[in-house]
Amino acid sequence: MTDEPAGPPETGLLLPVPDDDGAPFWSYAAEGELRVQTCSGCGTRRFPPRPCCPRCQSFESQWQRMSGRGRIWSYVIAHPPLLPGYAEAAPYNVLVVELADDPSIRLVGNLVTAPDAPLGPLADGKLRIGAPVRAVFRQLGDGERRTAVPRWTLERP
Amino acid sequence: MKDATAIVGIGQTPFAKRLPESEKALACRAILRALDDAGIAPAEVDGFASYTMEETDEVEVAKSIGAGDVTFFSKVGYGGGGSCATVAHLAAAIATGQATVGVAWRSRKRGSGARPWRNTTVQLPTPAQWTRPFGLLRPADEIGMLTRRYMHEYGATRDHLFNVALACRNRANQNPAAMMYERPLTREMYMTSRWISEPLCLFDNCLETDGALACVLVSADRARDCRSKPVYVHSAAQGLPAQHHGMVNYWAEDPLRGPAWTAAQQLWKHADLCPQDVDVAQIYDAFTALIPLSLEGYGFCGRGEGAAFTEGGALELGGRLPLNTSGGGLSEAYVHGFNLITEGVRQLRGTSTAQVPDAATCLVTAGEGVPTSALLLRS
Repeated sequence: MTDEPAGPPETGLLLPVPDDDGAPFWSYAAEGELRVQTCSGCGTRRFPPRPCCPRCQSFESQWQRMSGRGRIWSYVIAHPPLLPGYAEAAPYNVLVVELADDPSIRLVGNLVTAPDAPLGPLADGKLRIGAPVRAVFRQLGDGERRTAVPRWTLERP
Repeated sequence: MKDATAIVGIGQTPFAKRLPESEKALACRAILRALDDAGIAPAEVDGFASYTMEETDEVEVAKSIGAGDVTFFSKVGYGGGGSCATVAHLAAAIATGQATVGVAWRSRKRGSGARPWRNTTVQLPTPAQWTRPFGLLRPADEIGMLTRRYMHEYGATRDHLFNVALACRNRANQNPAAMMYERPLTREMYMTSRWISEPLCLFDNCLETDGALACVLVSADRARDCRSKPVYVHSAAQGLPAQHHGMVNYWAEDPLRGPAWTAAQQLWKHADLCPQDVDVAQIYDAFTALIPLSLEGYGFCGRGEGAAFTEGGALELGGRLPLNTSGGGLSEAYVHGFNLITEGVRQLRGTSTAQVPDAATCLVTAGEGVPTSALLLRS
């Protein structure tokens, strides 16, 4: 069904398969840092990463560290049919989070009660648009495939 | 290009969860029916257009049906966003002399075949690294995310989405070819159905269908000699907005202002008509929530008013804008929106099973949320 490497047994989730543009994001994530590509020419942040700046066309960029604070922009609760690793976790939430440092940068992620907590729906009322959240990092995979993905916890659980 | 070309033939296979024949055989059947409907011999076909996701290529189709020398062939990307563009590409080719008889088609065994999102090695337009690890796996999840935000910003409710599902189902109940012909829908069924990706439930999702459809395009001059009443391509447009990101458009400045807005601007700019002149609409409905978003994009109401537009039976026969009169992707068949094109043609011929009296103009749209396309047809 899939050629992608599976995550650890407790999750069976898909690991990110970075492209050339996205690789730095995941390298920093493995170190527990949330960084966003920023144009060296005009300072505009952009996500998803890409080779050149859509504003000034510069090919030079840096990766700025973000505070990790954000707000829930939207969310869904996924129910089956799903891929096996996800079906076991269902129903679970998926969020879009806008970053406090730059609300034009939005990231897809999951709201969890702790960095290592499994995916799930979270209690009613806790999950709402506008709720302040903070990035945490969940280690996934092992060996050469070791990586980490950002997840989100409520600022006021 | 205005009214320079016309659709003169339509054809389709049965629609079902499972059909025994191959996609190639289904494609040939639909195309030959469309040519017969037009009264044009297969050997006269010299142009083809389809979707990049179509698995039967022009070589196979042309040699199977007995086409002549082919001088134009084109494929459009982005799944259901390409439906209307297949006709638009043929119209441009015929209007500029690159072809004389064009065939557009889509054949798909999505009912009995695999669900595309299960193949995680296929890269979507925006790389999956930003969504898949988090369990945002399916189109329903991706559009569900925009739906929740839309409901939050504009006070849209599940009842608004139900209005869309019901209008499509009611029209399917009039259409013997529809998969849901004998399956009425009630509000209770809708409200108690299982979730797929909250806020989208089962009935907010389109069908899974095996089937094929085709249409034949010629110049307006040639159209007068054909067997069926011509339906003119009055205006056509594609739309890929600045800084658009595909179905996961969360990174655009304004994710709720989708490709429909871009296609609409081009569509109306080249038309003698405005949204108020449209008698009937076939709007791409892979998910119910695409209807309010498209109603806004194509200018039938203001920003944020799409949900309210569905109230009071507006989308039913006799309403402000009768919608998806063969049942659409939600209730007739989901073949990447090609059945919306053929139903638009039937409305303007006066042969729909849910005929809008004296319908003279029909808007047909392709998938919203992905780079899209649209047609304005007139009789």
